[in-house]
Amino acid sequence: MSDLRIAVPRGTLFTDTLDLLDRLGIDTREVRGNDRKLLFEDSGIVTVRPSDVPTYVEAGAADLGITGKDVLMEQAEREVYELMDLGYGRCQMVLAGVDGEDRAAEALRRLGVMRVATKYPRIAADHFLSTGRQAEIVEVKGSVELAPLTGLVEAIVDLTATGTTLRENGLVVREEIAVCTARLIANPVAHKLRAPAIDDLLERLGGI
Amino acid sequence: MIDRIPSGTRDVLPDEMRELRSMTDRIRAVFDQAGYGEVATPALEYESTFSRAAAGVTRPAYRVFDEHGSVLVLRADMTVPIARVVATRYATAEPPLRFSYFANAYRGVRPQRGQAREFLQAGVELIGSPAPQGTVEVLSLLCEALDAAGLQTYRIGLGDASLYPSLLEALGVETEHRDRVLADLAEGDFVAVEHHIRELELDPAATELLLRVPRTRGGPEVFDDLEGALHDVLTGMRDVHARLAPQVAERIIFDLGLVRSIGYYTGAVFQVYDPAYGVPLGSGGRYDELVGEFGRPLPAVGFALNVERLHIALTGEERGRGGGG
Repeated sequence: MSDLRIAVPRGTLFTDTLDLLDRLGIDTREVRGNDRKLLFEDSGIVTVRPSDVPTYVEAGAADLGITGKDVLMEQAEREVYELMDLGYGRCQMVLAGVDGEDRAAEALRRLGVMRVATKYPRIAADHFLSTGRQAEIVEVKGSVELAPLTGLVEAIVDLTATGTTLRENGLVVREEIAVCTARLIANPVAHKLRAPAIDDLLERLGGI
Repeated sequence: MIDRIPSGTRDVLPDEMRELRSMTDRIRAVFDQAGYGEVATPALEYESTFSRAAAGVTRPAYRVFDEHGSVLVLRADMTVPIARVVATRYATAEPPLRFSYFANAYRGVRPQRGQAREFLQAGVELIGSPAPQGTVEVLSLLCEALDAAGLQTYRIGLGDASLYPSLLEALGVETEHRDRVLADLAEGDFVAVEHHIRELELDPAATELLLRVPRTRGGPEVFDDLEGALHDVLTGMRDVHARLAPQVAERIIFDLGLVRSIGYYTGAVFQVYDPAYGVPLGSGGRYDELVGEFGRPLPAVGFALNVERLHIALTGEERGRGGGG
């Protein structure tokens, strides 16, 4: 392996990403066996939060990174190259509300604005702007599903893979906003200066 | 109560200032030696001056009203003011004209590591010297300036702003789709570029070419199997490369996907990279139509280096070599 440093996301994409790196011939055993360590010099892997991957790659602290399209959409201003759709980690960004009468639609009709809770304020704001509706975005850090159940908001924008969490909280999908998969991103300077190593990796990924 | 300064701006204190000054003095000596006279222009210009130049990366971010109600802007670069200077103060002077500057420019960027609202640029403009000789002169001067700054591992990405747009046009891609693909490419979103190009359902050879060209970067060997539709532009790039002195030519990375500097650039575009820092240190290119917009049609080329980024890259290189400052 050609000493490229790769930012790997801890979380739901972690195992699939390590499997992918295994198939590329990068030894991930040490990463799998160690929960606390973050920097693995031998394999060139750094493990970070998915939402921190673009930060490391943009600054050149990692040459390449893997993270979800949801993270990249939310951090659209990051100066990174998005090189490849890796296909795994597929989930949907959706607008969801409490099952039954559509309270968000009613709020929009009668009050002129709907209140929407999300961890993705930018994606949510862009979605309502592009569909010509007024929304008050309420940013929350955890358990978005709780927000419409308590009357904090009428709807949520959130990422869902199977829909189980939504269902268990009595929520239904009203609109699909985007399909998000894992993406390979690169630092723009590394993309120029490490071209042979990066292209070699892309080629092998294309063949998988 | 602590008085703050706006995000993206900063104070420079004596230790840093000494190092910056030493670096800019060395670069200034290179510009002087090459006959590029230093100029200063106002930080404030009329908005109409900047709106005349094709919009793009250099759109000013800060506007104020003067006492007559005219809109003034803080300059977003020095290229546009120098184009104005050439057309107004040198309306009849015999070209070519050579100018250099060390000046702050102002942009509305998101404050991040190494990015700023106010930043010091060191640059040159060569007015009245067409491609390829003008481009060759400026690329050579760029390398001399970077050498003088003390950088050892820098590389220069060389592309052509007209390459990908004209390829799309030659392959019959309509304006609307062309703009979308170019916008995605400028964003560095190769996944979206591929998606849009496949949607166009062109013949397989055209699709393959459109997917391959923006990813193509490396030495002169990258031209080997790219001819046909790209013949004219590639001949121009090869011509520039063939005229460069060996120590300059070895710094060049051809980069056919380099379209970032849309706006007033018309031909060759370049960006400065250093493995010691994750962001480009400077950029430049040909703007053969800009000076004409101010009333004196002359081909032109120039570059601007971000002095603070040069400094960061320099300290990074020194750390990499295990040396001190």
